Amino acid sequence: MLEKAVKGNGLYWGWLGLLLVIMGVGAGCYLVQLNQGLTITGMSRDVSWGFYIAQFTFLVGVAASAVMMVIPKYLHHYKGFARVLILGEFLAIASVAMCLMFIVVDLGQPQRLFNVLLHPTPNSILFWDMVVLNGYLLINLLVGWVTLQAERKEVPPPNWIKFFIYLSIPWAISIHTVTAFLYCGLPGRGYWLTAIMAPKFLAGAFASGPALLILLIFVIKMVSKWNPDPTGEAVQSLAKIVTYCTILLLFFIALEVFTVGYSQIPSHSAHLKYLFFGLHGKGVYTAWMWVSMIFMLGASIVLLFPGNRRSDNILAFSCLLIFIGTWIDKGLGMIAGGFTPSPLETITEYIPTKMELLISLGVYAAGFFLLTVLYKVAVGVKREVDA
Amino acid sequence: MSASRRKFLKLAGLTALGWSVCPSILRASTSEVIGDRAEGKALHAKRWAMAVDTHALNEKIMQKCVNICHKIHNVPEFDSEEEIKWIWAAPFEHLFPGQMHSRLMEVPEEKTLSLCNHCNNPPCVRVCPTKATFQREDGIVMMDFHRCIGCRYCMAACPYGSRSFNFSDPRKHLKEPTPDFPTRTKGVVEKCEFCAERLTEGKQPACVEVSEGALLFGDLEDPHSDVSKALEERYSIRRKPELGTEPCVYYLI
Repeated sequence: MLEKAVKGNGLYWGWLGLLLVIMGVGAGCYLVQLNQGLTITGMSRDVSWGFYIAQFTFLVGVAASAVMMVIPKYLHHYKGFARVLILGEFLAIASVAMCLMFIVVDLGQPQRLFNVLLHPTPNSILFWDMVVLNGYLLINLLVGWVTLQAERKEVPPPNWIKFFIYLSIPWAISIHTVTAFLYCGLPGRGYWLTAIMAPKFLAGAFASGPALLILLIFVIKMVSKWNPDPTGEAVQSLAKIVTYCTILLLFFIALEVFTVGYSQIPSHSAHLKYLFFGLHGKGVYTAWMWVSMIFMLGASIVLLFPGNRRSDNILAFSCLLIFIGTWIDKGLGMIAGGFTPSPLETITEYIPTKMELLISLGVYAAGFFLLTVLYKVAVGVKREVDA
Repeated sequence: MSASRRKFLKLAGLTALGWSVCPSILRASTSEVIGDRAEGKALHAKRWAMAVDTHALNEKIMQKCVNICHKIHNVPEFDSEEEIKWIWAAPFEHLFPGQMHSRLMEVPEEKTLSLCNHCNNPPCVRVCPTKATFQREDGIVMMDFHRCIGCRYCMAACPYGSRSFNFSDPRKHLKEPTPDFPTRTKGVVEKCEFCAERLTEGKQPACVEVSEGALLFGDLEDPHSDVSKALEERYSIRRKPELGTEPCVYYLI
């Protein structure tokens, strides 16, 4: 099926070329990082994780969100998602690939990466994160490829693949749960030490992932001759998922605010205060955090009205706002806010550097390169079957 | 000539065979050598611990402790937020957040020494994905600088800010490297190791030696050790006891 990816129009090749250029710039910056060390980033002794780990966390969510289509399709035989499911699975593959790349670029000694396998340490959550992320990547590659191949041959998918499809459901939940465990199991980090971390992550994931997927479906409609959703049913169902999961995320955030706000335990409330109001005159994230909340709240109120969901323009714009809002919440505030103030109650602010952002952009470009190629294959096969 | 080469090859082959059959032979022999060298001299304990006499410490002694530690352990000097420190002076209000108030006899802004607590239940060891940081039988939390992948999970897990990361090549920031102790490479985490290398030579930790009696070091399980006696006689506190990490650095108040 890969041959579908080597035939395309100027737009396709131009887009891939642009991504390659961005990947090249990112790779160049990464070489500088390999040479100089992580000193080229904005990270410090106090804020020892930054933009890379935050992107990893956010993208685990996008990857996990494929389950929101797998459950209706395979557990409830909902036909609405039949055509677009492969897009969700391929988005999961690209997202997990980006997650793994973000972990690698964050390591101080990437050439020692395989020490994690040489000295397996089951008491480390990072060990389990490696297991579940790689497992999820393999499951989605297998399921996506086998089901698409069956569709191409116009035969039902083999029975054995059902096992992996059902396995992918708890596995998707597990990747984001284990990622939440990375943070919420640490003593002395009040912002993260909350049992609601995993459900909050999942709610955010099921808002941001499907929001991105709706936008991608609109893009595919525009740039290819294949309509992924002729009846509009899939997009409408996804829009409802986005709406309710955004509201759920906002509810979970409100629960956090109440718990730390009413108990008034300083080590827990200081982080939220820092993020939303700033502490001791320092607060680079305050404007971002309020924008995030306003975007998510505004867009979810708009999307609560069915009429707005049915208007492509309003829906696309709202999905964009929700994607940006959830990205700020998890891809920016979550990590910096957890490290500030430090366990010694000092405030060191973290601001990513240009190099760090360019490396991150390079990873995103690599992920979108993979996504474009996978979508090209999927769209090619689907057009063939439709014809 | 050819006979000696044959002999050599035979010997080499047999040796290789021997190691491949029983690789522990090699390790056993080296550890015996180390054991022999340290025989009689090395200090042993069931549980190493430190007591910081906050009254006896002053700016000058603290500076001496920091200087000697950083000198003999090749701790590089940075004047930025990427600094490396194994032991340093910090205000009480930072080391004991929530336990200070303005009417205390000791002013909360006053400083005392901060270092790795060598917790009995260390979160850094729990989270390390490669066992690069590990706990010895005698309680010392150690680092394997050659196994560390630089994921910095231990830094997120440590509730005391005791760990530092080599954001850049530390060797460029060493004025006079001490040849007796390894220097580190960029991209690994490091911290205080209770001078494990000095204990094997029968010496007290360097900071204890220069502290003019303000730092006490010894076996917590031995009732006659300096630490045990001090803890019996005086009131002491530990940092963030509510977290269950069981620090083995005590502060005499």
